[in-house]
Amino acid sequence: MNQFINKNLYGDYGDKEQATGASGTHNTANEWPLWEVFIRSKAGLDHKHAGSLHAADAKMAVENARDVYTRRMEGVSIWVVESKYVHASDPFEAASMYEPANDKVYRHPTFYNLPDELTHM
Amino acid sequence: MTVHSFQEHFDAKIDSEVMIEPRDWMPDDYRKTLIRQISQHAHSEIVGMLPEGNWITRAPSLRRKAVLLAKVQDEGGHGLYLYSAAETLGITRDEMYDQLHTGKAKYSSIFNYPTITWADMGAIGWLVDGAAIMNQVPLCRTSYGPYARAMVRVCKEESFHQRQGFEIMMTLANGTDIQKKMAQDALNRWWWPSIMMFGPNDADSPHTAQSMRWRIKRFTNDELRQKFIDVTVEQAKLIGLTVPDPDLKWNQERGHYDFGPINWDEFWNVVKGNGPCNKERLEARKNAWENGAWVRDAAMAYSEKRKARKENKETKAA
Repeated sequence: MNQFINKNLYGDYGDKEQATGASGTHNTANEWPLWEVFIRSKAGLDHKHAGSLHAADAKMAVENARDVYTRRMEGVSIWVVESKYVHASDPFEAASMYEPANDKVYRHPTFYNLPDELTHM
Repeated sequence: MTVHSFQEHFDAKIDSEVMIEPRDWMPDDYRKTLIRQISQHAHSEIVGMLPEGNWITRAPSLRRKAVLLAKVQDEGGHGLYLYSAAETLGITRDEMYDQLHTGKAKYSSIFNYPTITWADMGAIGWLVDGAAIMNQVPLCRTSYGPYARAMVRVCKEESFHQRQGFEIMMTLANGTDIQKKMAQDALNRWWWPSIMMFGPNDADSPHTAQSMRWRIKRFTNDELRQKFIDVTVEQAKLIGLTVPDPDLKWNQERGHYDFGPINWDEFWNVVKGNGPCNKERLEARKNAWENGAWVRDAAMAYSEKRKARKENKETKAA
């Protein structure tokens, strides 16, 4: 069972080593490492995942990210992180992972029945 | 969960327009179809830089040169977005390059035609990028997340490509007799190959039905082709150029243009590698890859050397 699921867990950011597909192991030995690129579009906003690229080192990754992802002033700041350092949650565990939030509607303001006359709240 | 329930779960997501993401379970054929389509798309962007790169040094003004340079650079970027999207499916960049260089993977046949005059830069922007946009806009809603996100980026950038092409054609069409002739000649040569870009007729397109079911494709080849012809014929009229199809006629009943038969023999011949520039294009890509090997190796060696030096320093300090 477990084995079956693992076989299908390949090909995501941060899980490059599992990216073997149905055909077995892929040789990435000659490739420049893969990096994930995060861009802050303007001051005051979060860095957001923009995509990925290959580069020999961090400096080159930042420069390549500028050329690939910010040709039209899409960013004022760039983060790069080598994809192998990203750890992701498992989609097959999504049901149990997010279950604790499912039955807690009282966390939302609309849960509370208050009189219409009440203002500024 | 059994294989059956994985499949059911996947189908339910597709039916309710929930995007499929890289680590979700997907049928092997869905994965294979996407790898084929996305990598082919990426290769087309990269090979597509060649016919236009041919004119960068000979563009007629500094403005045209800057614009063409920016367009070709965009195409490189589009190729990179798409290669990254394909990599999330479990194929490596090197494998994709290898498939391109060995001829196992295809790219759009249109780039196997030569660019012999400056007007070809106009025709490519207007027609080839125009046809590509027709294809690409629905792909922004394709069912595989990374592909859809890449396409949103591509489409945002592509619209300037078509507009600059039309501007070149318009300028030539309003120019001297010779310039106008040049524009018409480019339209004559690029019209049919552009029409063929949408791929074989639906009846002869083996992948269409499955791709529509999987919501990878949203419209069939023939639907998109018709849409392209309907809008482009009007654009040609606007600048006084004639579409080279004697059978072209507005059909009131259908609400579409009727058009003449497409030379599919030519299409398949070019796909099979016998177009005017197939060999030249592949050679150019292979050369770039092979002659760049020392640069890739040197950058990697440099990075490793610096890493080692840094580690060395840290151990000494400790």
